[in-house]
Amino acid sequence: MMDADSFTAFHEQLHRWVRERLVPAETEVIRINRVPDDIRAEMADMGLFAITTPEEYGGAGMSISQYIATMQEISWAAPAFRSLLSINVGMVTTSLKGGTDAQKAEWLPKTAGGMVAAFALTEPDSGSDSAGLKTRAVRDGDHYVLNGTKRYITNAPFADMVIVMARTHVEALPKNAHISAFIVPVDTPGVTIGAPDEKMGQTGAQIADVIMEEARIPADCLLGREEGRGFQTAMQSLDNGRLSIAACSAAYAARALDSGLKYATERKAFGEPIAGFQLIQAMLADSKAEIYAAECMIRDACAKADTGARVTLEASCAKMFASEMCGRVVDRVVQIYGGAGYLKEYDAERFFRDARLYRIYEGTTQIQQLVIAKQMLRAMDG
Amino acid sequence: MKILVPVKRVIDYNVKPRVKADQSGVDLANVKMSMNPFDEIAVEEAVRLKEAGTAAEIVVVSIGEQKAQETLRTGLAMGADRGILVVSENMPEPLAVAKILAKIAEEESPDLVILGKQAIDDDSNQVGQMLAALLGWAQGTFASKVEVAGDKVNVTREVDGGLETLALSTPAIITTDLRLNEPRYASLPNIMKAKKKPIDEKTPADYGVDTAPRLEVVKVTEPPKRQAGEIVPDVDTLVAKLKELGAVA
Repeated sequence: MMDADSFTAFHEQLHRWVRERLVPAETEVIRINRVPDDIRAEMADMGLFAITTPEEYGGAGMSISQYIATMQEISWAAPAFRSLLSINVGMVTTSLKGGTDAQKAEWLPKTAGGMVAAFALTEPDSGSDSAGLKTRAVRDGDHYVLNGTKRYITNAPFADMVIVMARTHVEALPKNAHISAFIVPVDTPGVTIGAPDEKMGQTGAQIADVIMEEARIPADCLLGREEGRGFQTAMQSLDNGRLSIAACSAAYAARALDSGLKYATERKAFGEPIAGFQLIQAMLADSKAEIYAAECMIRDACAKADTGARVTLEASCAKMFASEMCGRVVDRVVQIYGGAGYLKEYDAERFFRDARLYRIYEGTTQIQQLVIAKQMLRAMDG
Repeated sequence: MKILVPVKRVIDYNVKPRVKADQSGVDLANVKMSMNPFDEIAVEEAVRLKEAGTAAEIVVVSIGEQKAQETLRTGLAMGADRGILVVSENMPEPLAVAKILAKIAEEESPDLVILGKQAIDDDSNQVGQMLAALLGWAQGTFASKVEVAGDKVNVTREVDGGLETLALSTPAIITTDLRLNEPRYASLPNIMKAKKKPIDEKTPADYGVDTAPRLEVVKVTEPPKRQAGEIVPDVDTLVAKLKELGAVA
């Protein structure tokens, strides 16, 4: 982990950078539907792609608390910024840490330096039920031949490398040992990236299909050079991914509320600012309390995770609560804005659309309910 | 070339300052502090000279409470090489600061001292000029452009009538204006490296400087609240109103 003083110095500066650089660039991000190149370069220069990379590979080696706090800070701005680095610092880095020394030495400095990598698990017919995964990887001498389609792959249009989960056994094995992870350079013949999907919100973040047709990759690209470990690798990063979504839900709710609060003090009705009306105040107060609750959950879960404890239950609780909470807050902010809240000209409308995704990805609220209940029942049996 | 950059820890520019109830000063309890923005510009200018190969070493100095060490770390993260912290729990007045800096300049023999033109807390705008006088060095204040040309330093200043360019012989003192440059954000690796850079700790006594105040703050007050305006329909009403208020005869 980073020492506390250095992290504080970094965090304070990040807070400023987000407000001085990212927020003013939001209009441009929406106009060009991507993070502008100069901001992307600045993100790389500042070391944001390297926050979770171990120090020996050129990273900051942040603790879970520090990593999540960083994501939370960035998520004050439009989601596209966080999205661009979230896969690198989350699933990709976690996966690569499970690689061989040679794989780590080759790829970690690149992903830390700002080369965008994607993580491909979801398919047209399988999502959280990873057992039904269809993409095949067949050994052929010194190579593997990959066939299949991955769907909703974040950053695929920007990526130079994709970590692909593929089936190395036809029949399903216990603990999903039929799934292996592969490091697939995007320029591999037979690999194509589909056109970016058009989304409800989160403009500037891009997702697309990753299609593999007879894509031959060297056997060295098998992550960890061991078949059957892919699913475990994927699962290791799930708890952190959920904490990350919880953190950006809390941050985006705070951003929306800040915007709603300002609007309420400026907009007048019946001769006074609407912030003076108690029914508006109720919406502001409920939102504030809920954001605070989510922040406390996230901090608690992160502190536990820092000790090395598994936080599957806490991460799911935090993700479910924070994302649903964010949905309620952005809805209230649209309400506070009134008619203006329904217009694209004002921020409230965009916050409302952007936030909808938080209740869906990294496991829907319904999946979180299953995870939480499963943990409870298991503890009861145990 | 060696550059000395004094930096001050001040109330953060985003914070709305509040005056203490006893009117003795601004309330700094639990208030966010950071490097004086003009000093950030000074550090940035020094770092750019280093990156251009003109400067070889940058030394940052801060005078103030122990926590000014954080401010030095900020300068080190931006690219300075080492720091000197002169611990003084009561913030010395500009003349004492200039005397301490003069002693440090004698010890360090820098070619340039780049300072912020003023600190945003007391807005004194005196240290750079006093330091130049104490050392007998050339000074270029309110710099909006700095150019090293051989053994001269060309400093462009924003003056009332336009731009004035001075050619200074080194060693020289430069104070920075707002438009000199846009300070960088320190990178994460550089913030981590800054932790390992050396900071020397001193006291004003080490330099034989008496920091006892010569000035007395009589009273600090908030700026008066702006009175609500009134929109008048035409010039006649305006004139009538002004007469009524005694603003015109």
